[in-house]
Amino acid sequence: MLNAAKFDKESHAVPETAEPRIVGFFCTWCTYLAADLAGTSRIKYQPNVRVVRVMCSGRIDPQFVLDAFAHGADGVLIGGCHPGDCHYQQGNYNCLRRALLLSRLLQQMGIEEERFRVEWISAAEGERVREVIDDMVAKLRKLGPLQMNRPLAPEISSAQEPAFEEVTI
Amino acid sequence: MGEKPKIAFYWCASCGGCEEAVVDLAEEVLDVVAAADIVFWPVALDYKRHDLEQMQDGSILVTFLNGAIRTSEQDDMAHLLRRKSRYLVAFGSCSQMGGIPGLANLFTRDSILQQVYLDGPTTENSDHVLPGDPSIDANGNLALPAFSGSVHTLDQVVEVDYYVPGCPPLRKIITRAVATLLGDHPPEQGTVLAPDQALCTECPRKDSKPDKIALKQFRRPHEIVIDETQCLLEQGLLCLGPSTRAGCEAACIKGNMPCTGCCGAPGRVRDQGAKALSAIASLIDSQDEAEIEQILDTIPDPAGTFYRYSLPASLLRARRGV
Repeated sequence: MLNAAKFDKESHAVPETAEPRIVGFFCTWCTYLAADLAGTSRIKYQPNVRVVRVMCSGRIDPQFVLDAFAHGADGVLIGGCHPGDCHYQQGNYNCLRRALLLSRLLQQMGIEEERFRVEWISAAEGERVREVIDDMVAKLRKLGPLQMNRPLAPEISSAQEPAFEEVTI
Repeated sequence: MGEKPKIAFYWCASCGGCEEAVVDLAEEVLDVVAAADIVFWPVALDYKRHDLEQMQDGSILVTFLNGAIRTSEQDDMAHLLRRKSRYLVAFGSCSQMGGIPGLANLFTRDSILQQVYLDGPTTENSDHVLPGDPSIDANGNLALPAFSGSVHTLDQVVEVDYYVPGCPPLRKIITRAVATLLGDHPPEQGTVLAPDQALCTECPRKDSKPDKIALKQFRRPHEIVIDETQCLLEQGLLCLGPSTRAGCEAACIKGNMPCTGCCGAPGRVRDQGAKALSAIASLIDSQDEAEIEQILDTIPDPAGTFYRYSLPASLLRARRGV
């Protein structure tokens, strides 16, 4: 008998008053430096973002975003260089194209628009880091916890895991 | 006769196409029968559950199970067959990834039951009997199997040894999988019995794919006259070849239709839909947000397109709250 509690109700149950958890993916050339600047400038902002530094916003695979939501993030924030300023010329445009499509998919999956945000923040804009994070935290507090379904671990490592030998047929 | 290895076929939440694929082996079925005894195959042979229960645990060498797991009965049979079999093979997209039935994970259990058992225009169910409820007929008490809250892949309910991908798996894939599993050197547990590379590598149109594809608009197959030699992506069709496992030899593309992703993703991809979405979005020929949105309006159903066969196996598994 399928165990409903095991399979269907297993979400990230957290109290309604819990603080929002945001995963930030910041590009190393602009937004990560801006966050650094915010720190050295002693700008105070909400402590709810866990930042992951990536070389370029174009490196952010949609799987990273889904994985964050699947593992309990209430919001995901992507930070990249302003259009035209990408260290790799085109990376932030690719990020934008993917993010706009991903946002539509997330809404189909019941994840509100405000929970997934892309911002262009240059290395000089420490103050903008504060604005964006404070604003996002305020919006997520209003929305409450996401409580997404937990991913089910396959009984054994399944097809999706790496390191399977190729079968030549 | 008793010396031959035993194999079994079973179906859960599926359309019957996988069974058809086995029947379509035609005379090659005889090769299977020559090499093994088929001891359980409800669609073709009259064996019942109690026959299966009486077999020794682990006495079936391979069970090919197609279909996703939604009801208590399917879950129960999956566990029973797991116990009786040395190798359990998830056969076809539904069993491997949830398949088309897995798209039901975009809807809640209650809304599905309401529509199918109560509101449907041709439904007559004045007693409001739903799956899981006891129901009384002339022979006494009966109950429909319970309907769980969401659709599951086979490997989310029992341990799975191998995967045979496809909707349905192609003849060549099946015969090779059977031969591999009946042979002396079974592959490592967890192996997908198909090549681990993207479909584009075996696509007959791969030479027509330009280095860079830039699209101002996506198109659906009924909206254009599809050129029979050009790369389908280049024609603006949502062909999921770049993010789909090879092995079908581009069967749909040979029929002039885009790949919809039934064989799942190659091994290093965790979430097929996310990768497909990523690949497709990168083709958009615009740097302007408003224009990109306009182009995206030509993809009316991203979840249904990119997760057509893999929603229950995806990172999010189901719509929030399902």
